[in-house]
This record gives sequence, C-alpha cells and structure tokens, in this order.
Amino acid sequence: MAKYLLLKHYRGAPAPVNDVPMDQWEPEEVTAHVQYMRDFAARLQDTGEFVDEQALTPGGTFVRYDGEGRPPVTDGPFAETKDLIAGWIVVDVDSYDRAIELAGELSAAPGAGGKPIHEWLEVRPFYGGDCVVTE
Amino acid sequence: MNEPLFRELVPEVIGVLVRRGADFAAAEDAVQDALVEAVRRGWPEGESPRDPKGWLITVAWRKFLDAVRADSSRRRREELVDAEPPPGPGAAVDDALQLYFLCAHPSLTPASAVALTLRAVGGLTTRQIARAYLVPEATMAQRISRAKRTVAGVRFDQPGDVATVLRVLYLVFNEGYSGDVDLSAEAIRLTRQLSARTRHEEVAGLLALMLLHHARRPARTAADGSLVPLAEQDRGLWDTRMIAEGVAVLQGALARDRLGEFQAQAAVAALHADAPTAAETDWVQIVEWYDELVRLTDSPVARLNRAVAVGEADGARAGLAALAGLDPALPRYAAVAAYLHERDGDPQTAARLYAEAAESAPTLPERAHLTREAARINAQLRGRAAGH
Repeated sequence: MAKYLLLKHYRGAPAPVNDVPMDQWEPEEVTAHVQYMRDFAARLQDTGEFVDEQALTPGGTFVRYDGEGRPPVTDGPFAETKDLIAGWIVVDVDSYDRAIELAGELSAAPGAGGKPIHEWLEVRPFYGGDCVVTE
Repeated sequence: MNEPLFRELVPEVIGVLVRRGADFAAAEDAVQDALVEAVRRGWPEGESPRDPKGWLITVAWRKFLDAVRADSSRRRREELVDAEPPPGPGAAVDDALQLYFLCAHPSLTPASAVALTLRAVGGLTTRQIARAYLVPEATMAQRISRAKRTVAGVRFDQPGDVATVLRVLYLVFNEGYSGDVDLSAEAIRLTRQLSARTRHEEVAGLLALMLLHHARRPARTAADGSLVPLAEQDRGLWDTRMIAEGVAVLQGALARDRLGEFQAQAAVAALHADAPTAAETDWVQIVEWYDELVRLTDSPVARLNRAVAVGEADGARAGLAALAGLDPALPRYAAVAAYLHERDGDPQTAARLYAEAAESAPTLPERAHLTREAARINAQLRGRAAGH
C-alpha cells in the first residue's frame, strides 16, 4: 500500500474543460456536485482506501521570520497569480495506477450543465516509511 | 455500566477527594482511573452498585493512594489516611460548583478551559474529547495536563465568576456534533447540572438558549447534509418537548428581572420556536429583543442580526439602513446584505454579494448554501434576460 495526495486547486492548475464559475451553474447542479464529492469520499471509506480529507478557505497570507525579538512579517493577502490549494484527499492504495484512477473519478465531478468538470488534479506520492527489508 | 450516571457524579467525587487533601490534578486522575475501572467491571445496563457515589469515592480514593504510593511518598499517604474524614454530610461549599469555576479559570485559554471542563466536570475520557475536536489523543492529553498545571495553584474554595463558566459551556455547545461525542448534548447536560446548583439568571438563560436551538437541530440539515435555513425548515421536525422546557426555563429566568445577553438571545430563539410558520414569526418583538441585546453587549454581531429582523419587521429598505455603519468585513455581513438586497428588488447586487459571502463562508455546508443562493438568482436573471 502507498499513500497519495489528490490535490485540488482554486487556481494554478491548467484550466478545466468545463470551466464555468460555480455561481453561474443551476442551483441543482451545485447540489449534485456537492453530493458527488460526498459519495466519492464515502466510497473510498467503503473500499478501505480513505485516509483524510480536508478543505481550505480561499484566503491566506505569506509569513516569514524577521529576526530576533521582532514579530513575523506578513505579506498581506495572496496575489491573484498565486497557485491556490483548495483541498485534498489522501488515499492509501495498492498502486500508482489506482491513485490515477481515483483522481480521474474525482475529476469527473459534475459541473455546469451536469457535465463533468474535467478538473486537473495533482497526484502526489508520499514518502514511504522505513523499509524493514532493504537488502 | 450506567455511564451517564457515573459521569454525573464525577465533579462531586473530585470535590470530595480534594477536600480530603488530594490536589486537584491528582484527584482528577484518580477519578478517571475509577471510571475506567467502572467500565472494566461492565455492569449490565441499568445495574450498578447500590451506592454508585460511595463506590466511586472509595475506588477513586484508593486509586489516589496507589498513585501517591507509586510516587514513593509513603509518609504523605499515611498522613492522608489519618486525615481522612468519615463519610458523611458534605462541606458548606458546593464542590461540584467549585469545579466548574476552576476548570473555567481566567488563567486558562479557551481551548484549555473547554478540554478541562469536559474531562473534570463532564467525565469524558481524553480520547473522547480528542475525537470530538478532531485532534490526536496525545495532543489533547497534553492540553489537559498543561491546563491542570496552570490551575494547580488556584484555591479550590474561592468562588469564581459564573460568566467565565458560561462562556466555556457556550463554546462547547457551538462545537456541535462532529464525531462520536455529541458536544451540544454534553453542553446541555453540564449547563443543566450547573443550573441545578446555582440560581443565576444567565445560567438559566444559557440553558434555555441551548434547548431552544438544539430542539431545531433535526430540521437544520437535509438528508444530503445541506443546510436548511430557518424559514424553510420543516417545523414538524422540531422537538416540541425540548422547546417547551426551554420556554419554561427562560420564563423562570426572565421573571427574576435581571436580564442578560443569554436570556435575550433565548427570547429571540423562543419567538422563532413559537411561530407555527415562518410567516407568522413575531419580528416586531424579535427586533425589540435585539435592541436589548445591542444595549447589553454593544456587539456588532447583535447589530447584524438585528438588521435581518428589522428587514423582516419593517421591510428590506429599513434592514439595509440598519446595516449602515457596520464593518463589511464582519462575518456573515455579505450574506445578510445579499438577502436584504434581493428582497429590496436588486437581484444583481444580491447575486454578487452571495458569491462574495460564499468565498468567506466559515463552513463547507454554508459555502455550498451561499453558492446555491447565488446560482439561484443568476439562473433567474438568465431566464429573465432570455424572456425579453
């Protein structure tokens, strides 16, 4: 088994095929989308592949250390060009192919017109733990 | 075992141990150990020792002495055994009440006060509290032990401030239900227990507020997890018995004529609960209660909620006027403004504000709800444009 992060972006990923802002969908399409995401997570729990799921708000700030005795420096809200993570699902699966398959399913979530969004998702493998057998 | 019964006894038993000379942290640990032992014995449902409190005191005291022995301070233990008072009538101070004050002590951060209250007053295990707050158990254990160290020097017999206790219980209530522990129900249990020990009006006010909100919970979420706004809720799903209790508790508090913010909030909730349909809501009275709330707290959140009520009582234009002067960065400001603009006949502004509100929504269900509102108005606008 290996863990993978399926990463969703608010922005920064290539534009999806069905690229319509959510507030321009029919209200029922919003409901259907939310339902698809719930069902997807529930299905992963059923198959024993679910690890974690989190969503982030669109806001955020860059922060850095500014030297001894000084408060950290913050860089205001993110610029419009910044790559912005929306959330993630962590799965624990048998193979890389399975992780890709799941990301494909997630990307098929319905959007405007009830058609799949074809959203681009990032699939990132985790580093593994220590191997017991190394030689 | 009868877990709720045992958990109710926890604060009193900790109090007894402290009165016998145990320090608070050790007493709390000992009572938790005794609870674990009670679980291990696995009394069948409805059965327990004839005197559960006596049993818990005896076992907890033994656990405490074991712990002291393990600390190898034998002399200390012998002193304590000698000092052990005979079981009998309690001391003049209400130990359980003191425990509420201690766990909500102003020296604690809100997160620590909440954790300590749930453990020492609520009798929940660290694991249950950790699950309820979605943090690792080790994190919660550390938070609790740090909290205990913080209050180690606080004298147990000093009366505390009820207001700090109420703030902690309110925080627990608002955490709701996100795991295997229903924190809202737990907050109600603890507030009910507190109200049995003190005749403070605001304790009753908070209890009433919790009951009146909790009674509506089954109607607040649809089967698919989406939010159902108050006006669209199936009122048949409201728990009428809980509402009746909340109203009775509130009336008892109001009769004492010492109004506070929780009573005023509960009065608003009671007026909502009292309306057979959303259209029959007594918005005029609700505005009056918000006026009281603004007077009592001068809180911008109260002013924001007041603007909604004014919009219902005197029309959307009046509601928008009531928004003037409030900071648009206030949580839910955009959602309220969107609602009022739509009713004022300005769907374009309403749709824009709903989309903006969705961006800053504090929860995912709220975000989905606000996005759907924006989508609904935009769809109507498209339909209107196509019709012309």
